[in-house]
Amino acid sequence: MTKLQSVAELEKLRADILARRDPARTCIAVCAGAACDGLDSVAVADAFKSEIAKQGLADKIELRVTGCHGYCEKGPNVVAGPKDVCYFEVTPQDVPGIVAATLKGEVFEPCVYKDPLTGAKAVHMNEVPYYKHQMRLLTGDNIRIDPLSIEDYIAVGGYAALAKALSSMTPDEVLAEVKKANLRGRGGGGFPAGSKWETTKNAPDKTKYVIVNGHEGESAAFMDRAMLTGNPHKVLEGLIIGAYAIGAQQGFVYTRHDAPRLVEHVKAALAQAEEYGFLGENILGSGLNFKVELHFDVGIFVSGESSALMRSIEGNAPEPRPKYIRTSVQGIWDKPSNLNNVETWANVPQIIAKGADWFSGIGSERSKGTKLVSLSGHVVNSGIVEVPMGTPLRTLIFDIGGGVRDGKSLKAVHFGGAMGGSLPADRIDATLDFDEMSKLGAPIGAGGLLVMNEDTDMIDVARYLLDFLTKESCGKCVPCREGMWQMLKILTNIAEGRGKKFDLDRLADLMEVTSLSSLCALGKTASDPLKAMMRYFKDEFETRIAEAAVGNPAGSQAK
Amino acid sequence: MCEKVIDGIIDKYRGRPGAVIHALTEIQHENRWLPREVMERVAEALEVPFSQVMQIASFYKTFSLTPKGRHEVHVCTGMTCHLRGAPALMDKVEELTGLKPGETDADSRFTYERGSCLGSCSIGPELIVDGKHYGRMTPDKVEDVLKRYE
Repeated sequence: MTKLQSVAELEKLRADILARRDPARTCIAVCAGAACDGLDSVAVADAFKSEIAKQGLADKIELRVTGCHGYCEKGPNVVAGPKDVCYFEVTPQDVPGIVAATLKGEVFEPCVYKDPLTGAKAVHMNEVPYYKHQMRLLTGDNIRIDPLSIEDYIAVGGYAALAKALSSMTPDEVLAEVKKANLRGRGGGGFPAGSKWETTKNAPDKTKYVIVNGHEGESAAFMDRAMLTGNPHKVLEGLIIGAYAIGAQQGFVYTRHDAPRLVEHVKAALAQAEEYGFLGENILGSGLNFKVELHFDVGIFVSGESSALMRSIEGNAPEPRPKYIRTSVQGIWDKPSNLNNVETWANVPQIIAKGADWFSGIGSERSKGTKLVSLSGHVVNSGIVEVPMGTPLRTLIFDIGGGVRDGKSLKAVHFGGAMGGSLPADRIDATLDFDEMSKLGAPIGAGGLLVMNEDTDMIDVARYLLDFLTKESCGKCVPCREGMWQMLKILTNIAEGRGKKFDLDRLADLMEVTSLSSLCALGKTASDPLKAMMRYFKDEFETRIAEAAVGNPAGSQAK
Repeated sequence: MCEKVIDGIIDKYRGRPGAVIHALTEIQHENRWLPREVMERVAEALEVPFSQVMQIASFYKTFSLTPKGRHEVHVCTGMTCHLRGAPALMDKVEELTGLKPGETDADSRFTYERGSCLGSCSIGPELIVDGKHYGRMTPDKVEDVLKRYE
């Protein structure tokens, strides 16, 4: 492949790719996302391969091993044919049946969705309840793309937004569009991405960096990995557009080393993008020079914090630094560095392609676009969900999630991982909105939504989260390192039935001091889950302490 | 030990002080632990003080300063796995192997680790052996899984 020199060459390539595709050849997409992989979707894909080879069907059926489809609970997932027939819990034994049905344009009944109560079947993706209530702008393409094939991405319109930005927009216009769209950071804070870009763009230093934060250390959040593994070029396209707007010459992708498929896909995407001329010198003849390096987190939660992450890219231990000078002004090697989350970058191409007005027409008043949510815990349908901002949590948990598993009732939902918060069941009419959720004390964070049933011991949950953070603190500043440790001791005492009368007051003191005096967000927000617990579930703590006082230690119910 | 591979990795990053993490990560993946003399060679080749290599190697959880067993047994302790029964799973692994998290048995058969979150929450709780995920695990299934690894 010779490098594409212009937008016209890209459009010609796209036309060629589409012309080469035989419309009569049907596609079968086998999910290789993290959950399906764990359920041995590799064996299913292999079975398809050998069935297609055995029957000599290579010209009739195309097998595509893809990223996450979304409905992880019912993996391994298979989607077949032009009308997206969804097959769930597919085993290698089902494969010949699916192949035969697909060839005839029919449906292989044993693997289609059946409603657990009514038995009603749902065949196509837009009929399956789990998908029906979603708006899959970012993840919808996953079933059409082999993440190792840049041509699959180009075939679904990939890199058209980059071409548009480079050929018909100035960097200022790109920035103005992103600002106007009011794209807010998906990584946790919900900070407007456009303003952040502008700060880096306007910083005096000429050398500038852009960074994809794909660290995803938040417990029970798995959508960034699915996005980056399933459609790496979408994220990369967003990054290149950002580099153009900001004036950056170098980009970094920072992600996990412990997911082999993720590493493989990102590496391949970077190599292919360079080969096709989307990275390197004079991109698409525009004069833009931009290259990207891949860096790995090697196993500590705090390195997802922006300044710590940048220390790690420099090759040092990931200790955060004070941010009276922002990293967007002085980041990696003290150069202006704009960092956004995987999902934030993935939103950029569609904003440029379809315009800010289209984007801001989706979502709630102050939170625009869609949001990826990792739905897990005691929920019937666990998986990756994409819904417009402003969707009520009730829709997420009941309409999409199918409610609480094992016929139990809902006690609480938890948003935002170890630095998030829990809400009681009577608050689930709240909507998925950065500001509304923060006000309630359960900030969206990166988007891990955990469903907890009636048996959940909230004291154990609080203790678990703090135990996690205590181990992940980098130890640089004392309030975080020691404050959390002391809180954990008190909480463990309460959880194990040794709580004392004034423990909650001492906890409140520690929570206040730790959050006021810690350097980075880890220490500052470490007590947020506890604060939410004290707001909504204080009686549980008081009861446990009172029981301990009368010599009736309940112990942790969770065991 | 794969001396040649390690030499190759060190050579690749020679003279690049910023690449300590890259070099150590690759060596860890190949060799599964970081012997002191290898770290000394990394320090010399990449032209950084040994203390800095040691700081990085001892800070990040991925790096091991002690040899590991032939098989790595990992219980995910992410929040979903925790809610769905990871504590009982850990008890069972500890009972069967006699190990505490971070330990390796005397026969170097298993190294037992726990950590979070591996992103397969939908099929939690899970046991991961040498990178292979065993989803929806229950304590009574643990023994059968471990038996497959000698």
